[in-house]
Amino acid sequence: MIAAILSLTLLGLVLGFGLGFAARKFHVETDAKVAEIEALMPGSNCGQCGFPGCAGAAAAIADGSAPPTICPPGGKALVEAIAKLLGLSVDTSALADEGPKIAVVQEEICIGCCRCLKECPTDAIIGAAKQIHSVLREACTGCAKCVARCPTEALRMEPVPVTLQHWVWPKPERGAPAWA
Amino acid sequence: MSAGLATTVPLASPHAHAGSSVSWVMAKVMLALTPATLYGFWLYGWPAVHLWWITIAAALLGEAFCLRLMRRPLRPALFDGSAALTGWLLALSLPPWAPAWLGVLGGLFATIVAKQLFGGLGQNLFNPAMVARVALLVSFPVAMTQWIAPVPLGSAGAPDFAEGLRITLAGAPSLDAIASASLLGHAKTELSRGVDLLQANLPALSFVGERAGSLGETSALLLLLGGIALILMRIITWHIPAAMLVGLALPALIAHALDPARHLSAATHLLSGAAMLGAFFIATDYVTSPNTRLGQLIFGLGCGLLTWLIRSYGGYPEGVAFAVLLMNAATPAIDRLIRPRIYGRDLKGRPLEIPEA
Amino acid sequence: MGLMEKIFALLEPAHWGVHPDDKKRPAADAPVRRLPLPERLYVPLQQHIGAAARPIVLTGQKVKKGELIAEAQGATSAAIHAPTSGKVVAVGDVTAPHPSGLPVAAITIEADGEEAWIDAAPAQDPFSLSPEEIAKQVAAAGIVGLGGATFPSALKLGLAKKAKIHTLIINGGECEPYLSCDDRLMRDASPEIVAGIRLMLIATGAQRALVGIEDNKPEAIAAMREAVRPRREIEVKPVPARYPMGSEKHLFSTLMGQEVPADGRTTDLGALVHNVGTAHAVYQALGKGRPLVERLVTVNGGAVAFPGNLLVPIGALVEDVLAFAGLKETPARLVMGGPMMGSLLPHARVPIIKGSSGILALTAQEAGIAPAGPCIRCSSCVRACPIGLLPLEMAARIAAGALSAAVDYGLKDCIACGCCAYVCPSRIPLVQYFNHAKGELAAQARAQLRNEAAKRLAAARAERLEREAKEKAEAAARRKAERMAQKAAEAAAAAAKQAEEVA
Repeated sequence: MIAAILSLTLLGLVLGFGLGFAARKFHVETDAKVAEIEALMPGSNCGQCGFPGCAGAAAAIADGSAPPTICPPGGKALVEAIAKLLGLSVDTSALADEGPKIAVVQEEICIGCCRCLKECPTDAIIGAAKQIHSVLREACTGCAKCVARCPTEALRMEPVPVTLQHWVWPKPERGAPAWA
Repeated sequence: MSAGLATTVPLASPHAHAGSSVSWVMAKVMLALTPATLYGFWLYGWPAVHLWWITIAAALLGEAFCLRLMRRPLRPALFDGSAALTGWLLALSLPPWAPAWLGVLGGLFATIVAKQLFGGLGQNLFNPAMVARVALLVSFPVAMTQWIAPVPLGSAGAPDFAEGLRITLAGAPSLDAIASASLLGHAKTELSRGVDLLQANLPALSFVGERAGSLGETSALLLLLGGIALILMRIITWHIPAAMLVGLALPALIAHALDPARHLSAATHLLSGAAMLGAFFIATDYVTSPNTRLGQLIFGLGCGLLTWLIRSYGGYPEGVAFAVLLMNAATPAIDRLIRPRIYGRDLKGRPLEIPEA
Repeated sequence: MGLMEKIFALLEPAHWGVHPDDKKRPAADAPVRRLPLPERLYVPLQQHIGAAARPIVLTGQKVKKGELIAEAQGATSAAIHAPTSGKVVAVGDVTAPHPSGLPVAAITIEADGEEAWIDAAPAQDPFSLSPEEIAKQVAAAGIVGLGGATFPSALKLGLAKKAKIHTLIINGGECEPYLSCDDRLMRDASPEIVAGIRLMLIATGAQRALVGIEDNKPEAIAAMREAVRPRREIEVKPVPARYPMGSEKHLFSTLMGQEVPADGRTTDLGALVHNVGTAHAVYQALGKGRPLVERLVTVNGGAVAFPGNLLVPIGALVEDVLAFAGLKETPARLVMGGPMMGSLLPHARVPIIKGSSGILALTAQEAGIAPAGPCIRCSSCVRACPIGLLPLEMAARIAAGALSAAVDYGLKDCIACGCCAYVCPSRIPLVQYFNHAKGELAAQARAQLRNEAAKRLAAARAERLEREAKEKAEAAARRKAERMAQKAAEAAAAAAKQAEEVA
């Protein structure tokens, strides 16, 4: 009886110390996490999340003060990537995500005021005063800051068109009996 | 005519198929089992027939129950033949005059616990028929070792259809009269009594299978023929059966040569118990055996060796079921460690060197 | 070779691949027919690997047959020529012959029915040309790999010349069931193919050429043997009929007894592989001044009334081809290419392109359409895989979303040949899992590049804003200094004036 109690106590102590030691020894520095999250983020520092730039948002997500869902341009893909990195389980089903979007200028409405140019964090809009502006598809990160700035609502967010080069085979639908 | 054709969902190639299907594979295995099964029916009479169909029905019932519980469609899973084959294999490994409740319990256990609880077809770690057999053996050791001497259909004293049903459903009153021991069981008993094997009056070996034993395990000849048919039909490859028989025969040969008083001969090991059934029909179960040829050889050798070890040194006279289950547990590790060499790469997966021009 | 390799070599004999019923006859034995010229031809600008060609014609312009209508742009691209004479009526999107059913830009030509060729280049002896000139003319003729990969041929010839290859392998394997366009070409045009091979030998500097033909095409082997008889540097090599023998790596290994390293090419081992159709096209271009504007297309399948090989102008619709060959019933699947690797077509109103080796109208029974079941781990796919992969393990991981685990199992070595799915008793769409994963990984890589580019742009902008602010500040400071100096000067002047007045 005594032996059993002693041995179990000893076991508990040894394991407890072991776990404590491991927690300290293999502690993951948050800085590394912040850098990793920042690498995943769009990097345009658009500020829609309310933090000063992507680095700030990454730090907030890493220390848990912000949810991984705060980045609108990143969309569902980013949420999933961050959740995987941090080992979180995030319900992404509620996120309305129709895939990545980019801004498009409706040429008949644009008055060439140049306000959106100043707003764009990646200089993706080109144009000059009294000239119709245009969005460079490859440079636009889809932050939608320009949309809010436009006085004539000439800017619209549209899904990135799927092309033959970018088309991805859909995952097969599972047959009647599920398998994995 | 063609303008009306429109495919909405993109489907990848190939747009052709070799024609095989799961139910076809299962049907071929059942076909290969048929000669040995029919022989078992003839050898042990109507009680064996009743036990066989009752066990299969129980396995199907267990499968249907789980599918209904999970609200999955019954038809595709029930008709692929896998549950029926599990019940069939289990029935072949039971004592031929075993009571019906043993078959029912085993069949239900095989499909519910050993198969569907793991996620259904393709997901089970262990061979369902062998899990059920071992579960029955450790739970009901007496009922699982009530062997009878052969009473072929038509011979004097063979029970007719109705009597056979009574024996299976209600238990046989006359069982003691014709009770017999299996060869392996007899050898183990004699050894444990201190009688060495040279003195022990062992039953004669039978290649055809006229001896006491499980319903469908006695005829090494017919099981071998069925197994060879499976290999010829390309349902299985030779690797697992050959390796298992070698793994069983080789240590037996050596041990028997060194100490014939304590060790049975290689021929005895190969021709008795579940060796043949196990090598061709149990160990070769797709789901629970390795994917690569080398992995299959290791798996087979392990099954054979463990069978010999359990038979020779274990507490049970027969060890095929335990050996197969143990190697089933090793299968994921074997599959993880042994992978085929990829074209243009070495065994470790590094690209082959590009020669200097 | 270590001990383990030896054990493996014993255990894993070269039994790769599958032996599908080839179903090539009677289509292969029927004489070639020419498709009647359709009213309109829809010529896509992207018929090859690489960048789309740039159109150089305008709507309303008249073109001659063989006239350049779109030029190659960028390093990897191919020129496109008018497949018939007539008028350009549109430059715009048509449905691509691709399973996605997405649009592709195309030039639509309304045929005038005259089939008037442009004036061919003055005839000269093509065999006296320099390797560079041959490659240039091959590029000008818009020739791409006609085996299905559609890689611009001139580039391949140039790369092989640089790699100093010694052997040219001509792929007459045609291992895909149903297809017989290469077979037919070898039977009917073997002298031209041999002439093309001789030109390619000059272009690459290779000393010899091996023509690999599967042994299920005895007529083609005989015809090619006859044609190469006077040429000692070209040899016809029958190879066992086995799918995928026509895969570049497998034909190479069968003929040369070597494996192509995973991160290398056949040219690293001194050999270049080209299709027989490509060799034929090379001679057509250099010997006759005919650019690639038509090709042999096998029309086959259980739903086709008169299967056979048709000479089809590029840009003809699949609908036209099927109407000519006739349909017995509505096909369950319409496939461009072979049944093992071909693309399911969204409908029949898609154009024939340079890489279209066949049009198959398959019945449901032929296409093996059946619902997928659970994997029973039978390892049929493992035995069938010509690369030595574990398709069942890769697919299970992709199904669970673990793409990187599938990559660890060798996903990137997969050639999508379809052997695994062909033999799978559970009918699991294994190739689609692999295609999905490859596409998803490519998309992730693109997104990563995009992210990095966005970061660079954001940094550049930040730098620009800073620079502008600094310049503004400097300008302001300068103006202030100027003003101060001016003020000081004015003050000094005023003081001087005052002093003067005082004085």
